[in-house]
Amino acid sequence: MTVDSSAARKPRRSAAGKAGTTGGTTGATGTGRAARTTRSRKNTDPELVQLLTPEGKRVKNATYDSYVAGITPEDLRGLYRDMVLTRRFDAEATALQRQGELGLWASLLGQEAAQIGSGRALRDDDYVFPTYREHGVAWCRGVDPANLLGMFRGVNNGGWDPNGNNFHLYTIVIGSQTLHATGYAMGVAKDGADSAVIAYFGDGASSQGDVAESFTFAAVYNAPVVFFCQNNQWAISEPTEKQTRVPLYQRAQGYGFPGVRVDGNDVLACLAVTRWALERARNGEGPTLVEAFTYRMGAHTTSDDPSRYRGDEERLAWEAKDPMLRLRRHLEAANHADEGFFEELETESEALGRRVREAVRSMPDPDRFAIFENVYADGHSLVDEERAGFAAYQASFSDAEGV
Amino acid sequence: MAAETRTMPLAKAINESLRRALETDPKVLVMGEDVGKLGGVFRVTDGLQKDFGDSRVIDTPLAESGIVGTAIGLALRGYRPVVEIQFDGFVFPAYDQIVTQLAKMHARSLGKVKMPVVIRIPYGGGIGAVEHHSESPEALFAHVAGLKVVSPSNASDAYWMMQQAIQSDDPVIYFEPKRRYWDKGEVSTEAIPGPLHKAVVAREGTDLTLAAYGPMVKLCLQVADAAAEEGRSLEVLDLRSVSPLDFDTIQGSVEKTRRLVVVHEAPVFFGSGAEIAARITERCFYHLEAPVLRVGGYHAPYPPARLEEEYLPDLDRVLDAVDRALAY
Repeated sequence: MTVDSSAARKPRRSAAGKAGTTGGTTGATGTGRAARTTRSRKNTDPELVQLLTPEGKRVKNATYDSYVAGITPEDLRGLYRDMVLTRRFDAEATALQRQGELGLWASLLGQEAAQIGSGRALRDDDYVFPTYREHGVAWCRGVDPANLLGMFRGVNNGGWDPNGNNFHLYTIVIGSQTLHATGYAMGVAKDGADSAVIAYFGDGASSQGDVAESFTFAAVYNAPVVFFCQNNQWAISEPTEKQTRVPLYQRAQGYGFPGVRVDGNDVLACLAVTRWALERARNGEGPTLVEAFTYRMGAHTTSDDPSRYRGDEERLAWEAKDPMLRLRRHLEAANHADEGFFEELETESEALGRRVREAVRSMPDPDRFAIFENVYADGHSLVDEERAGFAAYQASFSDAEGV
Repeated sequence: MAAETRTMPLAKAINESLRRALETDPKVLVMGEDVGKLGGVFRVTDGLQKDFGDSRVIDTPLAESGIVGTAIGLALRGYRPVVEIQFDGFVFPAYDQIVTQLAKMHARSLGKVKMPVVIRIPYGGGIGAVEHHSESPEALFAHVAGLKVVSPSNASDAYWMMQQAIQSDDPVIYFEPKRRYWDKGEVSTEAIPGPLHKAVVAREGTDLTLAAYGPMVKLCLQVADAAAEEGRSLEVLDLRSVSPLDFDTIQGSVEKTRRLVVVHEAPVFFGSGAEIAARITERCFYHLEAPVLRVGGYHAPYPPARLEEEYLPDLDRVLDAVDRALAY
């Protein structure tokens, strides 16, 4: 389908006579399973699920309020703490890259609410398939932040045991992990477990065939997987309009499962919507697409220069919707946190920064023979032969190096 | 399982092997397009869904990357998926998942995650098929660290190599010689098989070594018969495994015969024969009486069926190479 950018606002030639709505409802599956949240609207700005306004005001939502009904002030402080520490860790990593300690860093700046909200919705037995930017989700899963930095420092390609925290290794090939998540979820269903799986990906990945295939498989097998798309508006230099001409959450409808767009800078809304989607998965109702509408406030990675493709106005507009700012406003307005809390958190945050810095700087280079380790689980004669050749070559320097 | 020896076609041997794996390990799954009710387009999975149910013998959507990608996820969950790619030429949508994900997962997890996934691919030509149904892409997989690549040439190996591939904690690309599916052979279900990646001497000889795997082993045995009539004694090696390659066995043979011809359907250029030639030249330089010669496909798209006999190695082309090697 080719549609120009204004197509959503005027009837298309082919659809003019039969549908007065946007693209979403044509091609409906007819299964009756599509949730009301995917119903197309006359408004070209799809409605965001929002529970906290940028000013920190709690707004009611009949569908999702119940998913955060039991949340306590302590829980809210916990979410705020998660976001502050994640942002602090992220800033430290960016600084470490600038100082030459890391080869690269992919900052999550601006996406803290999407990641902490969804991450805190998970149970321990749920399984996470991240991209390479899910530092906040990793934090929620208890993955040591220092471990995330190994691959960016170049000492390994993923330094944690995926089954230790049910948090898979970072995946760099865009969208590949959505299929792994779907397969894992198919296995969960075969096991008769009520765990759920969550697959993270971005607006850029939504164009990948693997993501489309994962939607197909998940729908066909009714797999207990939540597709959590952080639409941060930019795939390196390409805006979302270069990936899609319909709001991403509406893609779900064509596959026969519900899609919902949530304010990705609203941690409470992300928590509620993800809980709802996970509950569907656990209840055997199959997959859900959550589009967290957020913003990549920083560069794609430390190698990127966003000034070449986007202006300051956009960033400033999004900074006004900062995910942490709004929760802080809410906490303060509701008297849920005092000055002492914020001061203590600042101290904790600085300590985390120091700890991460020290951990990275003391991270040893791997032994050179690590090249040959774990290539195969059951061994391979060529690897053995090449390792022996490499060892003999290294040994030829033994006088100089004392190896 | 009752011990028995039966004669069966190669395709049936794979079927029996899959059946045994499904019976003995509840984590084994069979997945692919049309593998269920239909039993696969070559009937290799015939009857399995009926006996093991559609949750273990799974008809998948028509999406090869999805098949392999979800198999990776199932393996992460503790399953041992055996997936079918319907034809050789259709594996490429899955190539990304195989190369960037499946092959690397064990290494990048520092050994924490195993990938016991078998990818079955009916491959090769000689059946008069249409485009994309006759290719031999094994070198494209052998080139990738983390994968193992095997190809049986007979029913017994088809049975046992499948058992071993399923038991392997590494991903194994299992190339099935589709033009030999109907060739019958004896299969003993209680034999003790040799190691999966070990080559075997299919026929002993003294004058020259022919090395092949999969569909070309039968041809090489025919070549050896024909050569014998001319007084030449050819040794035939069934390599069985393309990654790893059993260079020790090839070396042992070449040190005896001093001449080597490698035969495969895949294009010669950058094919497995090139790797064998390079390494055997290095290992056997002072034993060789002739350069290692290769017989295989040409650097051209696999031709329309009416021309495939010209493209595929046949008795005369292999004999021609044998003559050239012996002429040195």
